[in-house]
Amino acid sequence: MAIADLELEQRARPQEGFGDWVARRGTAFWVVAALLLVMPAIASPFWLVQIIAYAMILGMIALSLMFLAGYGGIVSLIQMTVAGFAGYLVAILGGSAITQISLNWPWWTAVPVAMLVATLFGTLSGALSVRTEGIYTIMITLAIASAFYYLTLQNYTIFNGFSGFNGILPPVFLGIDWGQSLPFYYLTLACAALAYGAVIYVSRAPFGLALQGTRDNPRRMAALGFDVVAHRIAAYTFASLIAASAGVLLVWYQRQISPGTAGVGPVVDMLIIAVVGGLSRPIGPFIGALVYVLLRTFALDVLEGVGLDGRRYQLLIGLGFLVIVLFSPDGLIGIFQRLRERYRRGRDARDSQMGTGGGTP
Amino acid sequence: MSDFVARRPIWSLIILLALAILAWLVFSIWTPGMEAMFGRKRVFLSALFNGITLGALYFLVASGFTLIFGLMRNVNLAHGSLYLFGGYVGYSVGEWSGSWLVALLAAFLLVAIVGILMQLLLFRWMEGQDLRQTLVTIGLSIIFADLLLWSYGGDTFQVTAPEWLSGPVTLPFAVALRSNGEAVMMTYPLVRIAILIGAIIVGVLMWLALNRTRVGMLVRAGVDDRDMLSATGVRVQLVFVMVFAFGAGLAGLAGVVGGTFQSLQPGEDTRILLSSLVVVIVGGMGSIPGAAVGALIVGLAEQFGSVYMPTYAVMLTFLIMVAVLAVRPEGLAARR
Repeated sequence: MAIADLELEQRARPQEGFGDWVARRGTAFWVVAALLLVMPAIASPFWLVQIIAYAMILGMIALSLMFLAGYGGIVSLIQMTVAGFAGYLVAILGGSAITQISLNWPWWTAVPVAMLVATLFGTLSGALSVRTEGIYTIMITLAIASAFYYLTLQNYTIFNGFSGFNGILPPVFLGIDWGQSLPFYYLTLACAALAYGAVIYVSRAPFGLALQGTRDNPRRMAALGFDVVAHRIAAYTFASLIAASAGVLLVWYQRQISPGTAGVGPVVDMLIIAVVGGLSRPIGPFIGALVYVLLRTFALDVLEGVGLDGRRYQLLIGLGFLVIVLFSPDGLIGIFQRLRERYRRGRDARDSQMGTGGGTP
Repeated sequence: MSDFVARRPIWSLIILLALAILAWLVFSIWTPGMEAMFGRKRVFLSALFNGITLGALYFLVASGFTLIFGLMRNVNLAHGSLYLFGGYVGYSVGEWSGSWLVALLAAFLLVAIVGILMQLLLFRWMEGQDLRQTLVTIGLSIIFADLLLWSYGGDTFQVTAPEWLSGPVTLPFAVALRSNGEAVMMTYPLVRIAILIGAIIVGVLMWLALNRTRVGMLVRAGVDDRDMLSATGVRVQLVFVMVFAFGAGLAGLAGVVGGTFQSLQPGEDTRILLSSLVVVIVGGMGSIPGAAVGALIVGLAEQFGSVYMPTYAVMLTFLIMVAVLAVRPEGLAARR
């Protein structure tokens, strides 16, 4: 019912102009967008690539998790594995320093094939895990993810075992070396923006609305004639595509890939990033990723600065995560929204007081 | 049992046949043709026994996991951390007191207390919120892992087995024939056999406790319908705390057992957690017999996999999980 109404509403709405479109995004959106675009003028290459670009790559992987969890109600831990698999495929099909395994395909065949196969893998894992519901999904996807990790660790013929692949170079295309910090930053920014826009678009498209319906009440959706399982599997496919593209960027960023890239730690870290940022909106994972990368990079210095053991940053991440989960289930976004609500309510209260006191002019 | 035979005559026949073939493989003297196919009999037999004893260890860990999940719908992803914590406690107490049994007891009690604290301080306040509880257990596992790394470092530890359990024992199976016709008997570490027997005893006791006592009745009723149970006036929170304590204690106990015939080091917690995940998925969530069947299958698959196809050993375990999920998504022993 609700979906049909919404669709009608969308169709009935008159075509909005460009000005409306700009205004509807809000000030914060444009400020952040402008800031990200001119970032190379402000930030050093270290900040540009090691912090912001890396955070955007992790944010994209966490975004795919957020899409599944936030809109589909499926908490999948497979996303980092899909990204890692795409990265491995780029290393195997494209060029790397491990010449006896790498096939040295040109990047414009290696990358699409890698993304396609990784997406297929994500879809198949999804098809396997949607057979069970709710909390079981975490267990099954975690089991699949760890199976992939141990496979890459033990297999030397395809995945080159413990040492993995190194010397994977980003391509040179249109005369630009995309491994340079400036082009790489803009490439990552474009991909992240595309993924962000795609998630927002899909969440408002009929498919996304139906998916949110299956999250809220799968029985009712099935009764309405929607194929719940097919919607969930399609959601996995879409999320896997985002994760796979992020995986390609990740392997170009790291220039190497090893079992640890998609190990159990990073797999769980993606969930932490998405939850800390907030699972309710697509911007959440990016915020979570930025916090995570900042913590990872600077926790050692900060901890030692205040006289603690710098190696305990994992403890810090664990405690921070626990605090967020216990006190703000919708993450940093939730905290921000609550603060804003309180501020707005305070202002409204003041306004109404002034209104009753002095009367409107 | 007879019920099963009556309902599934074909499956019973297949299982019986497989057991007979296995028994024949174990007791017969292998011909050269068989050795060419399966490798040496000693290798086959040790993979078989290692698989069964590994399954015993997995059963100890996974039964606590499945009990907690079945009753409280809590996917305790910190279960591996409890295992490792128990192992370290067992190591320290064992070194201090010199007694393996004291180490076992101390690990069980201490980890059970940690379990009680977890249930009382955290999970009690978020009942019914599956995802949130799971996220909390993830946070806890990270914290535990780092605290354990902090206090014990990255070294490998091994709990020393007591005198009366050390050394090999001769089993009544011939491995090969010497040229003079004399049979070479299979020898096997006694401690592993003791662990297998211990796990069987624990399993039987648990089955009896669940099916023959009042508390077990409450637990079973809680697994079926928690709300109804509390509506009948049972102090369901008390049952929860007890089950959590027992499940956590079993993980701690298993930590000492695992530390005796394997080793303790950082990273072991996730490995054990993942094994018990697969065991519980294969066996059926919330079912003790399922945990036993799943543990046996996973243990055997890991050992035979690492003997006969080393690079794809994990894939065998994984394929078993996929096959079970495809045929029976609720696990082998789950009730429909």
